[in-house]
Amino acid sequence: MVHVSATPVLALRGVSKRFGAVQALTDVELEVHPGEVVALVGDNGAGKSTLVKTIAGVHPIDEGVIEWEGNPVSINKPHDAQGLGVATVYQDLALCDNLDVVGNLYLGRELLRRGVIDEVSMEKNARELLSTLSIRIPSVRIPIASLSGGQRQVVAIARALIGDPKVVILDEPTAALGVEQTAQVLDLVERLRERDLGVILISHNMADVKAVADTVHVLRLGRNNGSFPVKTTSHEEIIAAITGATDNAVTRRAGRTTEAAK
Amino acid sequence: MSDTSKTVKPDPGAEHQNTVAPADDPTAAAVTVVDPRLLVRDEGLKGYVTEFKRKVKGGELGSLPVVIGLIVIWTIFQFQNDRFLSAENLSNISYYLSATGMLAIGLVFVLLLGEIDLSVGSVSGLASTIFAVFVVTHGMNGWLALALAILTGAGVGALHGWFFAKIGVPAFVVTLAGFLGWNGLMLWLLGSSGTINIPADEGPVQLLGQSSFFMDQAIIGAYLLAGLGVLSMLVGSFGEQRRRKAAGVPFRPTSEIVLRVGALALATFVSAAVLNNYSGVSNALVIFLAALVIVDFVLRRTTYGRQVFAVGGGIEAARRAGINVPMIRITVFAISGGFAAIGGMFFAGQTASATLNAGGGNTLMLAIAAAVIGGTSLFGGRGNVWSALLGMLVIQSIQTGLNLLNMNTSIQYMITGAVLLGAVVIDSVSRRSQKAAGRA
Repeated sequence: MVHVSATPVLALRGVSKRFGAVQALTDVELEVHPGEVVALVGDNGAGKSTLVKTIAGVHPIDEGVIEWEGNPVSINKPHDAQGLGVATVYQDLALCDNLDVVGNLYLGRELLRRGVIDEVSMEKNARELLSTLSIRIPSVRIPIASLSGGQRQVVAIARALIGDPKVVILDEPTAALGVEQTAQVLDLVERLRERDLGVILISHNMADVKAVADTVHVLRLGRNNGSFPVKTTSHEEIIAAITGATDNAVTRRAGRTTEAAK
Repeated sequence: MSDTSKTVKPDPGAEHQNTVAPADDPTAAAVTVVDPRLLVRDEGLKGYVTEFKRKVKGGELGSLPVVIGLIVIWTIFQFQNDRFLSAENLSNISYYLSATGMLAIGLVFVLLLGEIDLSVGSVSGLASTIFAVFVVTHGMNGWLALALAILTGAGVGALHGWFFAKIGVPAFVVTLAGFLGWNGLMLWLLGSSGTINIPADEGPVQLLGQSSFFMDQAIIGAYLLAGLGVLSMLVGSFGEQRRRKAAGVPFRPTSEIVLRVGALALATFVSAAVLNNYSGVSNALVIFLAALVIVDFVLRRTTYGRQVFAVGGGIEAARRAGINVPMIRITVFAISGGFAAIGGMFFAGQTASATLNAGGGNTLMLAIAAAVIGGTSLFGGRGNVWSALLGMLVIQSIQTGLNLLNMNTSIQYMITGAVLLGAVVIDSVSRRSQKAAGRA
């Protein structure tokens, strides 16, 4: 939290989202600064995925404000989010197995030269991008099918960076990975921070969160249940916030009085 | 046999290859795959052979089954009838393959999506009938009628694609309905006579006829085409090598380019000499080859082609990349219908008529078999349009050979069925071993 600037690149103010009778998100607050890794944690059904989907434009919000670099914006479809500079890497990586690494990195935004796909420039840029991220892949011209799970994950993250985003959302990037691959992805997250990107990291793995995140946001039953600086917060405090060990009569009463005051 | 070979390749066919391949092959674990392209570059010609063996082991058969198949078929038929490899017979093969080949081009697009179009035969028959009705019954200009017939084919294909992409009916069922329905429409248009003869001395039918040759049979014509092909590959390859060198990315070594261009030159100039020995290159074949070049360019070098491959390789990935998946599906079926209609015009050119049998019988099977034999996978995302040419060489060789031996239609059908099944088996097995080697 030392190196973050004053204005958050992305801020959610009192965001609510309903699906029919289900209140998925209630008054959620979230701030992401450039060069900050925000971990979003919570139990299953806490609203983590819904929250990132509202940011990614998959589910438009019902109430509240999304601020981008201090200005309120409306994100109604994925295209809006991409236009602002939000890149999302979903848990199912969604890469085309039959295309090579370059083809996947540039899928949907191929570089053209006189109306024809410019393979040479794409390959050159892809190699440069992968090397600045210290991603080692046998060749950028082998099909995705030949890569390991960890390599696919880093390709998916690298793909998110092609559009020059300011905020990158990673949905459980290490969920299916082994020890070595997890370390590679965490290294990559740190390099994203070094490039002054805001990173939202969804994870169930406290070790990963403690390893790379600057701030932990806990969601519980669709509400904020605390935001902690990672360095000064113990493992147990975070777990307590996730499981609701702090959710007792006292906190509930406090919640009621603030609501009544509105 | 080393134990690594057992884990990677369970099928017995691999045994032979493993004895040939070097024991230090690293493909067993996908993580440690050595950059296959670097392998080639470092070792020159020898590396090229190593790379080839590695690909075959990994199930990337490419055009290997075709080449083997062609050699086997030509040898068998030549032993049965020594006229088989005569210039006249080979010229016939080259002429007749272009009609079904056009259907195969359209099918390659559909197969790349991992779908199937069972209607191409019926659509080709319908197109030739529409052409004949316009020209003969209504006295329309032949080229205008040709354009209308092709547009009808594309429209019919787009309709199939719409039902598939927007309504969600499986492509198999939509095109099966089309297979019957469009055949019915064709029969209705032909009426009681059953055949419409088209004047063979003018317009598209003359151009696509059996006695229409490139540059009026001039000897230079065939060599001109061969030279053009070789020259453009030479210029293209060295141009790309120069650009890649300048950009500092891996490039093909000169030795490999020379090898490839040399192989193409050998194939094209020998073909040209053989065809010249009879009466030159038929215009139908020239148009077929031109279509192949154009479609190959579209598939490999344009955004649209890349999107077709992406939809075939992973719909979800394509959708998230902002690709309009329904649009791709509809246009691909429209392309398939359009090429089916063009193929129908070729059939009309062969017989100078529109008949009840046009596009019927085993036309559809032959077109599918050609695309699959040539190396385009039924499972989507893998293949190229040259498979239409290579596959048709095999299929048409079998057809012409059986005709030469005066085989019954019954025997021909059985053999065609077996060939189609064989092609799909090769495709399925190669896909399985690709999975084992982590490449599918």
